[in-house]
Amino acid sequence: MVKVKADRDVCIGAGMCVLTAPLVFDQDEEEGLVVLTSAEVPPEAEEAVSRALTLCPSGAITRVDP
Amino acid sequence: MSYPMTRQRRFDPPDELFDDPAPVRPLTFADGHQGWLVTGHAAGRAVLADPRFSTVPRRLHPLLASRRVPEGEVPPGFFLRMDAPEHTHYRRLLTGQFTVRRMNQLRARIEEITAARLDDMERAGPPVDLVRTFALPIPSLVICELLGVPYDDREQFQRDTTELLRLANSPEQLTAKVGDLITYVYTLVARKRAEPGHDMLTGLVDSGELSDDEIAGMGFLLLVAGHETTANMLALGTFALLQHPEQLALVRDDPSVIDNAVEELLRYLSIIHFGATRAAVEDVTIEGTLIKAGDCVAVSIPAANRDPARYADPAVLDVRRPAGGHLSFGHGIHQCLGQQLARIEMRVAYPALLGRFPALRLAVPVDAVPMRSDMSIYGVHALEVAW
Repeated sequence: MVKVKADRDVCIGAGMCVLTAPLVFDQDEEEGLVVLTSAEVPPEAEEAVSRALTLCPSGAITRVDP
Repeated sequence: MSYPMTRQRRFDPPDELFDDPAPVRPLTFADGHQGWLVTGHAAGRAVLADPRFSTVPRRLHPLLASRRVPEGEVPPGFFLRMDAPEHTHYRRLLTGQFTVRRMNQLRARIEEITAARLDDMERAGPPVDLVRTFALPIPSLVICELLGVPYDDREQFQRDTTELLRLANSPEQLTAKVGDLITYVYTLVARKRAEPGHDMLTGLVDSGELSDDEIAGMGFLLLVAGHETTANMLALGTFALLQHPEQLALVRDDPSVIDNAVEELLRYLSIIHFGATRAAVEDVTIEGTLIKAGDCVAVSIPAANRDPARYADPAVLDVRRPAGGHLSFGHGIHQCLGQQLARIEMRVAYPALLGRFPALRLAVPVDAVPMRSDMSIYGVHALEVAW
């Protein structure tokens, strides 16, 4: 299963991941920075996650190689 | 070449941007500096995402003589023109206010505001100027409510913003307008200290981390960026749809199209048509071109958004194409903070307008529509419509 990780120190809270792949990415209420709702990507979200990785402006989210 | 600003056709960027397929090529800045023009999508992303490029004004050279970088420092809190980590400090105080969830919660209020503007249009009867009755009021009302800026003050701050964006104005005039707007927000901040509201300016005051000067600089940025940009997308986007009736019909009749249509209009129209300019702080190679430390780079957003290597038939407006990934909100750490708000405003406003007035049409000849070629944000100065 595809895994992702998120770096909140790099995140700028643009929200592109949440807009694109809401099954996997969220933003916390306080700072608006990325949080993972699941480190493992469900198969139905794989395509959206792949788009979110490209769209992220700051490089805060990355695929974890198995 | 120097930075091309004259358009041959109203919805298309200048042809000179496309007469060389190289994604990075030499560009002469207005002060004679030999820098670079980036027209490729991948190259543009690479520049905008790379921390070795700075956005601090004292490092930059002007694209137009009238836009000579004013001497002196960036106003406190004006994080658009700061690099990390200063930028990060200010932006982080606001990101929690602009999350996808929070912006979605504003949808009902934006629908109300939009419906009231449509009522105004109906009451006035055709013809009306869509800019003054619809495109400018909607984002202005929304950002005023969010920030806690009195909407009754709009005439002054809208007029000051217009002068700020007028390319022919001198650097001295620009500096004066920046001063006027910051002073205006500063007085509001002082008022929030005395009479707190439920708004972002009050929130920044309450954070206890910022001086009034810093809050004024941040508020100035949010106020200007929050109304002029979306206003121009709404008016220019409507004009573009009116000139492409089959595309207009799709947006009007098929609700499933709107989210993508907004992305395509952002891509196709690329209203930020003047720069983004960056300066290399060390040697960087972009797509095989060595950019030396100190060299200035202008990323043409309109050209990148029409890179044939990224979008098929890029000059065609097609609201059903996969249009995501455009650079209209920028890329990298400065990517638009308010983009999720702008998206919702557009997703609400275009269909509401076309739903209320399905037979919307121009009330003047096409050539009589005054284009904003003289402004740093493209669009129309006015759009007379009837129905």
